Amino acid sequence: MSNRLNVLKTCKLYIGGKFSRSESEHFFQVPDKKQKPLANLCRASRKDLRNAIQVARKAQAGWAGRSAYNRGQILYRMAEMMEGRRDQFIAELERAVSSKRRAENEVDLAIDRLVHYAGWTDKYSALFSTVNPVASPHFNFSIPEPTGVAGIVAPDEQPLAALISLIAPVIAGGNVCVVLASEKYGSVACTLAEVIHSSDVPGGVVNVLTGFRADLVPHLAGHMDVNAVLFAADDPEQKKVIQENAHLNVKRVHFYEGTDWMKDDAQSPYYIIDFQEFKTTWHPVGT
Amino acid sequence: MSEKELTTRQNLRFDELWAYDPAPESPDYVKIEEQYNLFIDGKFQEPASGRYFETINPANEKLLSRVARADKSDLDKAVAAARKAYEGVWSKMPAKERGKYIYRIARLLQERAREFAILESMDTGKPIRESRDVDIPIVIAHFFYYAGWADKLKYAFPGVDPRPLGVAGQIIPWNFPLLMAAWKIAPALATGNTVVIKPASSTPLTLLRLGELIRDAGLPDGVVNIVTGPGEIGNAIANHPGIDKIAFTGSTEIGRTIQEASLRTGKKYTLELGGKAANIVFDDAPVEEAVEGIVNGIFFNQGHVCCAGSRLLVQEGVADELVHKLKMRMETLILGDPLDKNTDIGAINSKGQLDSILGYLTDGVESGLQIYQTKCQLPEKGFWCPPTLVENVSQAHRIVQEEVFGPVLTIQTFRTPEEAVSLANNTPYGLSGGIWTDKGSKIFKVGKGIRAGVIWANTFNKFDPTSPFGGYKESGMGREGGIHGLLPYLEISQ
Repeated sequence: MSNRLNVLKTCKLYIGGKFSRSESEHFFQVPDKKQKPLANLCRASRKDLRNAIQVARKAQAGWAGRSAYNRGQILYRMAEMMEGRRDQFIAELERAVSSKRRAENEVDLAIDRLVHYAGWTDKYSALFSTVNPVASPHFNFSIPEPTGVAGIVAPDEQPLAALISLIAPVIAGGNVCVVLASEKYGSVACTLAEVIHSSDVPGGVVNVLTGFRADLVPHLAGHMDVNAVLFAADDPEQKKVIQENAHLNVKRVHFYEGTDWMKDDAQSPYYIIDFQEFKTTWHPVGT
Repeated sequence: MSEKELTTRQNLRFDELWAYDPAPESPDYVKIEEQYNLFIDGKFQEPASGRYFETINPANEKLLSRVARADKSDLDKAVAAARKAYEGVWSKMPAKERGKYIYRIARLLQERAREFAILESMDTGKPIRESRDVDIPIVIAHFFYYAGWADKLKYAFPGVDPRPLGVAGQIIPWNFPLLMAAWKIAPALATGNTVVIKPASSTPLTLLRLGELIRDAGLPDGVVNIVTGPGEIGNAIANHPGIDKIAFTGSTEIGRTIQEASLRTGKKYTLELGGKAANIVFDDAPVEEAVEGIVNGIFFNQGHVCCAGSRLLVQEGVADELVHKLKMRMETLILGDPLDKNTDIGAINSKGQLDSILGYLTDGVESGLQIYQTKCQLPEKGFWCPPTLVENVSQAHRIVQEEVFGPVLTIQTFRTPEEAVSLANNTPYGLSGGIWTDKGSKIFKVGKGIRAGVIWANTFNKFDPTSPFGGYKESGMGREGGIHGLLPYLEISQ
């Protein structure tokens, strides 16, 4: 038997393409499924959240300006990177929350779901755009454009499948996001951030925070530079906070709580369209 | 300053002042076998006849390889393999898994892109700049795009239960051998069909290499089968009772026989045929950009382009200036070694095609047409035609009505937009059209008048997998690319 001691990983926040500890230096410990210590996660502060929103905003125009083809390739690259770490994800899920079998299913589903949304980047606009036969001599068309900066509040259950199912359609459509990971199983989100970091996703497009919803959701809901909130956690109290604050800057709000992310139909272009605005353009026809 | 230098400066003739050093891609990077067999049922197999035909490099007439000559029995074998793969594996596989196979093809092609580009340039004579920057990247993009559709068909055609047809027979031309193959294989596979495909006999090598790549990607045996041989094999594909759908790209002449056979045998079919596109330049067009667009429109791939802008229609007010600038620009085009990164104009694809082009030009000279060719030096070996303008033509001339499929541009003038549209539409073809003007409203008005499947405004020869392509009138039917490109490979029922 080897007497080599294994090296433990420090979990950090992922903000603007960099891994950093919380500026507050606060942490919280999460247990594995046997209630033994699994990891010390950063307890992100209001300041960390605001920093993340700021870098997300800076990244938004560049990401939306990438060709749909390029965004598709980057999402596909994420799938490639996840496939390479398949065993790691399975082991982490198994230790934190799952049986081996369920962990395998969840990781495979997460990879395939990324491939699914990689394929949507250059297709959803063709399905949801229209050329409108207006009665006057005008060429008139309506096309989707990304909403902007989205805040994503992830659920605790099915932590990896949910994270991918929530992040992929948002970024596939050219948005950027600040993700608040599961309170219980946030360590999986830290590993996912490493995948994102090594998949040609520009810094700031996906920002991952670990911490307590009660610390962060009120500030996310009230932040004037967040355009949309996606709330998928089973947390009525924080849901109420969003319901009461989102109107301040007319955020687009979507509640996905209670969704079974392991189901085949928990993916569709309508998840992308939830984070799109429609722009109609009029152009004269004549000589 | 000498008189020559002065003239050169006035006319922006940089070509003689600053010649480029040769910068060729090394052909050694690509290993070409002495002989290629048929790709049937996942294996390379010898043809029943034991016979092979030669494929040469049209830029130097050197032998590249010998390729199997399929006969009817080989085709039967390929169709049987495709049927077995369709019924046993491919149509039963979950759609997302099918998509993942096609993504693999796209990714493997990305890894090997330069190799495919060099081989394509060697077999076709097209400049490496085009095979490297246009053909192969669009090939890859097509596989990537259609891979994504595999599990999304219900969104493309909601409420009608789209289902595959079975075995698709696909016949590919020699002008964009791998690109046209990708345009056909990718949507066929994504929709759940299997494929029997035949490259043109003068340009089979990149498709055969794609066969190797498809094998390496682990696709189930028989999903893609490649038969090489003469035109009669194409004809046999069109008439084969085991094939459910024909996709053909090539001449209108052959296209008619394919349509006839398809109607007789009850196959579904799509045809992407010839063209004689008008490239219309209005007085208010940005002239420099228009010149670039005209050059790209007709001299891209030596004019071996079905949608080439082969007829320049220019409004009278700008005609003299435009034609002058066009000639100056043409003189800067570098003709020569297709593998040289600086080459603009490569070799004509075959001796037969060169003879055909020269026939049109001789005929034009005999009819008293004014022909302008650039002064570039033609290499001794190989098949070459310098960039050519034909002026003072009328709508009735053969060279205006028929597809030359070479680097030959006819020039006509017009006064009003209505006249331009009328001239543009006055051929049996309707594949594409170009409009150059600063006025957006004119683009839409004139574009609406042109009876063609693709309109390019202030650009030309743009292709993207998300954008449907195909013709009106005798330029064919059906579309390749985009959502529309899925439809020819699907049975749609209510």
